[in-house]
Amino acid sequence: MHDMSAHAAGQHHAPPQSFIRKHIFSLDHKVIGKQYYDLGLLAVLTGMVLSWLMRIHLAWPKFGIPGVGWLSKAGAPGGVITPEYYLSLMTMHGTLMVFFVLTNVPFAGFGNYFLPIQIGAEDMAFPRFNMMSFWTTFVAFLVLVSAFFVGGGPPLSGWTAYAPLSAVGAVAGPGQGAGQILWATAIGLFCIGQLLGSLNFITTTLDLRTKGMTLMRMPISTWAWFITSCMGLTAFAVLLPACVLLILDHVAGTSFFIPSNLVISDQLQPHSGGATLLWQHLFWFFGHPEVYIAIVPGIGIVSHILITNMRRPLLSHKVIIGSLGAISFLSYMVYGHHMFLSGMNPFTALVFSFPTLVITIPATIIVLIWIGSLYGSKLRINSASLFALGFISMFVSGGISGFFLAQPSIDIYLHATYFVVGHFHMVMGVAAIFGMFAGTYFWFPKMFGRMMNETLGKIHFWLTLVGTYCIFMPFHYLGFAGNVRRYSAFVNDYLQPLLPVHKFITIAALCTGAAQLIFLYNLIYSRFKGAPAPQNPWEGTSLEWTVPSPPPFDNFGGKHPVVYHDPYQYGVESSTGDYVMQDSPEQVKAVG
Amino acid sequence: MAATVHEPPKPETPEAPPRLGHSGGGWRDLVPTNENLHAVEDHSPEPASTGIWVGLAAITMSFAALTSALIVRQGGSTDWRHFTLPRILYFNTLVLLASSSTLELSRRRAASFISGVGSGLAKPVRWLYATLSLGLLFLAGQYMAWLQLKAEGLYLATNPSSSFFYILTAAHALHVMGGLGGLIYVIRRLSRSVLRQSTLDAASYYWHFMDILWLYLLWLLWMRL
Amino acid sequence: MAKLFALTLIAIAIASAIPILMHTWDPPADISTHGPLIDKQMSETMVEAGLLFLAAQIILAIFVWKFSGRRKDAKIGRFPGGATGLVLAAFILVGAELLVLGVFGTKAWASVYFNPPSANAMPIQVQAGQFAFYFRYPGPDGKFGPLHPDQINEASQNVFGLDQTNDPDSKDDIVTAELAVPANREIYLLMHAKDVGHSFYVRELRVQQDFVPGLDLSIHFTATKTGRYEIVCTQLCGLGHYNMKAYLEVLSQEDFDNWLKQQAALQ
Repeated sequence: MHDMSAHAAGQHHAPPQSFIRKHIFSLDHKVIGKQYYDLGLLAVLTGMVLSWLMRIHLAWPKFGIPGVGWLSKAGAPGGVITPEYYLSLMTMHGTLMVFFVLTNVPFAGFGNYFLPIQIGAEDMAFPRFNMMSFWTTFVAFLVLVSAFFVGGGPPLSGWTAYAPLSAVGAVAGPGQGAGQILWATAIGLFCIGQLLGSLNFITTTLDLRTKGMTLMRMPISTWAWFITSCMGLTAFAVLLPACVLLILDHVAGTSFFIPSNLVISDQLQPHSGGATLLWQHLFWFFGHPEVYIAIVPGIGIVSHILITNMRRPLLSHKVIIGSLGAISFLSYMVYGHHMFLSGMNPFTALVFSFPTLVITIPATIIVLIWIGSLYGSKLRINSASLFALGFISMFVSGGISGFFLAQPSIDIYLHATYFVVGHFHMVMGVAAIFGMFAGTYFWFPKMFGRMMNETLGKIHFWLTLVGTYCIFMPFHYLGFAGNVRRYSAFVNDYLQPLLPVHKFITIAALCTGAAQLIFLYNLIYSRFKGAPAPQNPWEGTSLEWTVPSPPPFDNFGGKHPVVYHDPYQYGVESSTGDYVMQDSPEQVKAVG
Repeated sequence: MAATVHEPPKPETPEAPPRLGHSGGGWRDLVPTNENLHAVEDHSPEPASTGIWVGLAAITMSFAALTSALIVRQGGSTDWRHFTLPRILYFNTLVLLASSSTLELSRRRAASFISGVGSGLAKPVRWLYATLSLGLLFLAGQYMAWLQLKAEGLYLATNPSSSFFYILTAAHALHVMGGLGGLIYVIRRLSRSVLRQSTLDAASYYWHFMDILWLYLLWLLWMRL
Repeated sequence: MAKLFALTLIAIAIASAIPILMHTWDPPADISTHGPLIDKQMSETMVEAGLLFLAAQIILAIFVWKFSGRRKDAKIGRFPGGATGLVLAAFILVGAELLVLGVFGTKAWASVYFNPPSANAMPIQVQAGQFAFYFRYPGPDGKFGPLHPDQINEASQNVFGLDQTNDPDSKDDIVTAELAVPANREIYLLMHAKDVGHSFYVRELRVQQDFVPGLDLSIHFTATKTGRYEIVCTQLCGLGHYNMKAYLEVLSQEDFDNWLKQQAALQ
């Protein structure tokens, strides 16, 4: 037999020697995961500062914010943000947060690091594609940020970039020329990075599980990453051509999204025949699965962390996984709920509304299973579990406001108001972030061999929990009052009585933002000075706790773990205590 | 797909280390607790075999998006101007189909060599070169089709119909170029006898998919343009 | 710490509910004929959502309180009914809500969108462009003249691009910057986008609809109370989006006729 497989194509590789191979162009999924995390950190700090600028401007429109004038003389003369620059900041805030934070960290960051370990593999299936996926994403980030420094500045069409505003070019407003093209290019590159990443996740989960690791023995976090990557594969594959078509409308004179007879600044536009709504259909076909891509890993991570800290498995492993699958499947059928009032046939509104309401069922099941599993558990309180519990609270709050928006008749009133902004910030801007915090506090010891400071973690939690509720709950009230979103200033008569609410929100946002410095300090300090972490500080059962902290280059030291147990054997009587690890041959009787 | 059979470990000697680059794959059987890792058949596919289908799924979604863009754009306005497809496209189609045949010839011969039958790698490599040449010929032919359209005054922005012609053929050509890169990779490794069957299979499936995708696009363009 | 968590969560839940219960920031009073159905939908949703919200947060808080800091040898308990019970509860709870909200919601939506405007609805055209709304009344001949986008000229205030010299139907068209309508008369609003996407929103009227460039969209409504109401743009349209507004004047039939005469004289 001619064995051609002496060197597998990229799956097994020798330990890196050079600095560049170890830390920069690394093939190691752990390094790549950390790189994604760090990029996400950079993006979230940038996005958060942008949100501060927005909120300060909304509360005190005439205040000259120091430093902004340096960023853009035209956009913020004397630090006073112009209406167009406000929208540019808002666009970049949304784009950075949704793409470079919410898609990067819970999925590409933690997933890259822990998926191979949790299934007992020594790396991802295609390490070279993995490295390419990170660096593509990084270049995408650079291209996006470069929009700040071109003439006209960043685009002002929002992260949703609706046509024709986003397609006709600079005539529609500052930033709509070069800025919009850079935006579309950056997002296109991001899509490619994500597609390569999803390819890796799916193939690794299906093919590289170690002996005994059946699909149902994978931890919930692994399932969440796997399901997310299936969504990522299909959703980003649709956004990519959409961005290409948008760029062509800009640079090639095509009219995919630009209809005829548009008159801007008294000039008849040289485009004709395009379909405005086509962009919305393509974008939201991607956009709705995207928001589930943002939350599903968090659901997986939070489940994983809660189970470890409750010392018992969830009431049903299969139901959670099935619900995650159902949510992901349904997510493709609901995208039209972003377009109820867009001029689509009104009958389609009902067609999209129905699955939007139905998707509540698996989401409710997950929440009920979480809460039901808390009953009778032996809950341990620490920073990670606090953020996981906070996630449940936030997910409920954000999900319930979805009830209103899912109904087209109510959407007539609430569409494009702060109610919508409150809804998606609760689920994406808080719950998903809580998932990231929980994951950080939980897995930091494994990743860096050191413990984070628990006191600082708890302070961070309290300030953030109360702070984010103070920021985003009032958004819903503003929405009920009809406060329109994406306004750079509140000049309407009916908005005047709401200005004090906006001031309150701004102050809460600045305070909560400041509280994140505690987390940042904790993160950096603990990297170098944190107490040495044991191999299994949380007494967890999954495979990441069977390897040293941090794990060696090939995760399992050349050995291949054999899995004997389901992932969450807690509440048992074993030689290790009330739990037995997945790779332990010890047979135990489950208790409860 | 290669089936590997692990020899049961002899009690005195330690278990033979697993083959380099294969972390056990993921046999789904429940492991018995008497720790006797007896003979297990590993049915897990090589990553390349799974990966290629995942990648093809993504490519399908992208072209599905472009298809719906075409349909919506055509149905939404009255400015769609039909034109006749350049005839060279049909010749190019035959060239591409031929390249798939040569690729299959190569793949099957390489497969028999790898599994111990077959006479050598010279023939499979030659057929791969033939595939490569036909692929390049296809791309040249597509470029000629573009030149023909330009000669008729049909550019990218002339009309939505021509826009979609260029975009769909360009997107396909880009993916074909990727496939050519894959073929070159496979040729180089095959020439040095360090190629896995699954990699060759994956590259082949990708190339055949380019065929099928082209047939679909040709039909779509013929129907709609 | 678990107790602190529980108390904080309950405090947050109650604090969140207070502004709702006290109607601090309610939608303004409705002035339309289709509004009551929408408002009813909203209140019903609010009751269900509110109860679910409070129940979930409070039960979460209670369970965290009760089941943390337990003794090492305490037994793990199973929620009565286990996963099956909860799955059934989810289906029944949500299923019931879906039925109620979904069925009633259809009625509210249908009343707005599935009924064509009545034969004697008053047609008015509204054009949205960066960054103003303009309105056009058909005048005594009841016909709108054609639009010529190439003749749009802001300087000469020909915002619609009318050719009043050559198009007889345009001669008596009345272009205004305000939308005045008679009370209790159905209005058939024809929506035209000049440049990019915009949206037409009047809170009191419970009306919101996007302007889509390239599409001829329309809505119809009947205002029931006289007064002056703000029309705002809700679809991001550029730097002036925040300032893009107009006023809806709901007048008595007599006042409206006078107003229209005045506007006609100003053309």
